[in-house]
Amino acid sequence: MSLWRMIFTNLRRHRVRTGIGAAGIALGVATMLSVVGLLGGAVKMFERILRTDAEMVVFEKNVSDLFFSNVPVELAAELEKQPFVKEARPVLFSIISSPDRPIITCFGIGETDGRLKKGEWLKGSAKDFTAESRGVVMGERAADFVKIQEDGTVELGQERYPVAGIVRLENGFENGGVFMPLAVCQKSFHKEGVCSVLSVALAAGHESSEVKEWMVANHPRITALENEEFSRSYSQFKILKTTSWVVGGCAFLLGGLSVTNTMILSVFGRIKDLAIARVCGFSRGQIAGMIFGESLLVSAIGTLAGWGLSALGLYGLRALPQLQGYIEPRIGWMEVAGAMGLAAITALGGAMYPAWYAAKLKPAQALRFE
Amino acid sequence: MKISTDMNTQVLVKDVWKSFDNGRIEVLKGVSLTVPKGEIVALCGTSGCGKSTLLNVISGLEEVDRGDVSISGYDVVRESTRVDLLRHHIGYVFQFHHLMPDLTLAENCLVPVIAAGGSRAGALERLRELAEATGVAHRLGQRVKELSGGERQRGALVRSLMNDPQLLLCDEPTGALDEKNRERVFELLIELVRARGRTLVMATHDLELARRCDRTVKMRDGRVEGELI
Repeated sequence: MSLWRMIFTNLRRHRVRTGIGAAGIALGVATMLSVVGLLGGAVKMFERILRTDAEMVVFEKNVSDLFFSNVPVELAAELEKQPFVKEARPVLFSIISSPDRPIITCFGIGETDGRLKKGEWLKGSAKDFTAESRGVVMGERAADFVKIQEDGTVELGQERYPVAGIVRLENGFENGGVFMPLAVCQKSFHKEGVCSVLSVALAAGHESSEVKEWMVANHPRITALENEEFSRSYSQFKILKTTSWVVGGCAFLLGGLSVTNTMILSVFGRIKDLAIARVCGFSRGQIAGMIFGESLLVSAIGTLAGWGLSALGLYGLRALPQLQGYIEPRIGWMEVAGAMGLAAITALGGAMYPAWYAAKLKPAQALRFE
Repeated sequence: MKISTDMNTQVLVKDVWKSFDNGRIEVLKGVSLTVPKGEIVALCGTSGCGKSTLLNVISGLEEVDRGDVSISGYDVVRESTRVDLLRHHIGYVFQFHHLMPDLTLAENCLVPVIAAGGSRAGALERLRELAEATGVAHRLGQRVKELSGGERQRGALVRSLMNDPQLLLCDEPTGALDEKNRERVFELLIELVRARGRTLVMATHDLELARRCDRTVKMRDGRVEGELI
């Protein structure tokens, strides 16, 4: 029998105690992976709104939220004249309400914007999506919760708009939103002449640095970032990602307390056994190692259970029709490795006091312990 | 740390004092004892005279207030020496078996081997040999709660001998057993120790058993009072 087998045997023969300790870690891991997965998925979906067939995002410098960004629309035409730009598409983001729904995301896009072409048209067609007709295109989910009147119009904000079509889009934010011709959107939100961002596609053989340099030289109040760079630096994404890790970390703290509790019970429940182990020649290090080993094993069981639990939970959420398209959870290897690392640190941290206590036990005194 | 002693001396206790409760309870008051290799010594005396504390002091489980204790010339005061002595040189049997209830008898007996990092194959062979000699071979796979009192104590004896220690310390090893088991365990103990030429220091208040040892040291009120002939 090895030390590890002794550790395993002890855990196996105290299944309830082991289960409670592992459950604490499992809930921590499940919470962390679920929150990180959900928010990570949301961030990815938002990123996809920005990067339709484009490599760069152009927006107003130093804005905390893209909804507050104002980029002159004529900048799109100016950019398209540059040899390094293939295409620049303006998008205006805004929030609108309807009698049925307090918040609906509204996308003001050009009539030729490719994103509607990628969707599956359930009603109407792209040809009716023009500034002259004021026709709006509803995402499939938006059409579910916003009532379309019998005359084919929809009430958004303080106005009625004819519905040019209904389209099924892969992206949940887009599928739950409303698309307006850019000029109509600008007028509705009193943002004439501006958009929130420009999605810039580079001409073949050109580098993003050329766009950046041009922007610095010609429009110092506007910034151009590569998509990846934008994702890393956009404060909203940073807040979301940090929040998810902090919430997950807090869940781990609770898991750590559960491990500490389990290991304290484990130590106090067998003080005589530990004393006997010392009498049999176990060193203080071996005793501490045994307690840390038990804690790590409990944590490993908890991590696996938590991983399974979060995968199951996210799968269930994804399957809910109400959340279809909004939730695209992603649990990458980085997240799993992070959770495993945190679980191991939690296990070691949680076992520190019990291990110290066990190692410090004086065998002769402990054997007198009742 | 090795301190110089007679090559033939297994246990050397020199003017040892030990108290508890911040000196308020003095248990050992200048005890000295020398046990040569291969000798079987009984420590006799009434309850509370200091027999168990002396055994704990010899094994290093209890620190002394003053005085010297060495096993085969090794000072037991240092932690590293103490661990090494408990792994390789000392076996301990208590009045109550003190087997780990969560483990089987075989697993219990292998605990000293795990501590010493011994080989599994060699340990299993030795376990079989000792278990057969003590009559618990058929009970090795049982959990401790499924064993009788005598089997548990014989199991504890097997465990104490797993690393083939030179010195066996026994604290009332038959104290919790009925007469039949008491006789059997004691006979086994003497037989195993004699057959291997090991040294035994046994605390007992049973004068009948004590008389069957090579030497009987009488203790009273924390002191060695003399030897019984």
